[in-house]
Amino acid sequence: MVQSIKRNNRTYTILSLALFTAIGLLVLIPLLAAILASFRPGRELIRYGLNLKFDFVNMSLTNYAELFDGKNSYFLWFRNSTWLTFITVILTLLVCYCVAYGLTMYHFKLEKILFFLVIATMMVPFEILMLPLYQEIISLHLINKDAGVILPGLCAASTIFFFRQYLLGLPKELLDAGRIDGANEYRICFTIMMPLAKPAFAAMGILCAMGAWNNMLWPMLVYRDASKFTLPIGLNTLLTPYGNNYDLLIAGSCFSILPVFIVFLFFQRYFIRGMTAGAVKG
Amino acid sequence: MYSWKVAPYIFVLPFIISFAFFWVYPLFSTVKMSFQSIQPGMITWVGMKNYSKLFHDTTFHLAIENSFLYMVLTLVLLIPFPMLFACIMNTAFMKYKAFYKSILYLPALTSVVVAGTIFRLMFSELDGSAMNQVMHLFGFESVKWLKARPTGFFALLTLCCWRWTGVNMLYFLAGLQGINISLYESASIDGATTWQKFKNITLPLLRPTTIYVLTISIYAGLAMFMESYMLWSGNSSPKNIGLTIVGYLYRRGIEKNELGYASAVGLVLLLIGLAINVTQLWLSGTFKQEEQ
Repeated sequence: MVQSIKRNNRTYTILSLALFTAIGLLVLIPLLAAILASFRPGRELIRYGLNLKFDFVNMSLTNYAELFDGKNSYFLWFRNSTWLTFITVILTLLVCYCVAYGLTMYHFKLEKILFFLVIATMMVPFEILMLPLYQEIISLHLINKDAGVILPGLCAASTIFFFRQYLLGLPKELLDAGRIDGANEYRICFTIMMPLAKPAFAAMGILCAMGAWNNMLWPMLVYRDASKFTLPIGLNTLLTPYGNNYDLLIAGSCFSILPVFIVFLFFQRYFIRGMTAGAVKG
Repeated sequence: MYSWKVAPYIFVLPFIISFAFFWVYPLFSTVKMSFQSIQPGMITWVGMKNYSKLFHDTTFHLAIENSFLYMVLTLVLLIPFPMLFACIMNTAFMKYKAFYKSILYLPALTSVVVAGTIFRLMFSELDGSAMNQVMHLFGFESVKWLKARPTGFFALLTLCCWRWTGVNMLYFLAGLQGINISLYESASIDGATTWQKFKNITLPLLRPTTIYVLTISIYAGLAMFMESYMLWSGNSSPKNIGLTIVGYLYRRGIEKNELGYASAVGLVLLLIGLAINVTQLWLSGTFKQEEQ
């Protein structure tokens, strides 16, 4: 009896592993095909399309050499993306933390209605506000400026929500303790509570960075000068009706995933924590 | 300024400003614009004309049909399967969980440009493309994937499933981990089958997660644009097979600069989205729960 249960368990283990290995392979195929193609001449992509061909004879580092030779704008886009991501993350975290802090640590008249409004902003997809926002950014003279890209998304409802959930779990007695020691409200917020919220900062920082790095639609509208383009916009310009630069496109695409991938390898648990936080509490 | 009575207002001030400038104002201005005809230097009130024009605009009907179909199909594919995978992943039989979770999450790291480009090339009509190689393997002819509606949709859905299956699975996994394991143990002692346990314990207790995933998926599905934009490398696809509501808004508003008409398109999208989500949340009793 015990033996048959054990054998049953092993069958289940093998079946589950087989299922996830199959799904895993399906997930990896497109990425693997892209990586393979990045080592082959771009004209092969034009002639054959993208496939899983392990043709090691034709493989070379030519595309990557072209990418790094400094004769194209790739690293300008890379630098722009890095800067935009950096500044977006810092400002978003700071602002969202403060708003969430104000909403959780105090009882004041507008507390409930403000929290309701935070949730309400989630009920209107960005794409609907895109057009009037674009008009607004033009009339505020923020077009083509980093501020125009960053400001509208600064108070991200989901980030505020996450910080709020985290702050609710911190002991409020610390506020009174800080007050008795003579610290003012802002000092308590930034020197006592902020260090305690470090895990929340890590989770949201990573998620926000990935969003900023990969964001395309809104930056594409705001940035007009080619000198301001970020990676997604820049990569997209390699596809023109007059001829596509597949050498750069495929190598550049693969290389653009690398920073996100490295961060993911080291901070995996924060990725998952930050992402699923909204779903558990609902 | 430094008192605890003023401090909370200082803390939430950025939200109030952002809410006024980047939410209330654009929302009102898009509602206003939807009743106007806007040409450079000349704005005229046209009443409901934009809306009545939309009512007879067959391209817009196609866009609604595409967005709606896409949303429904993503719900069908991206809720039951990730839930099932999460349940399997959550059992004691499953090994190397962290490894498989990471693999399934990988596509979510890619930007829509990279993912769209990869899939466009995989679904290329050339004989050598990955999907056509699969067709040849089963003895079929090459297919012009992105030229016809059913196959074009297939490509869109494959792209969407590739990117989001892992993410949704993680949502459900987080939900499952909140369920008390002793419930399953006592059910086993009472002789419940796996299906009974799933139906009577897992499904009801997973409901908040399911509603959350459902709500965001409805909006994401209806407002899909960039995936189609990248797959057809631009906002035009043969016979508009890949045109979505937001794609049409973009075409009219950004490409043709008809702000009034595009605003009306956006508001119709907002109304459809709100109607579906409010109905869904009402049917699932989420509002009642909040009141308690």
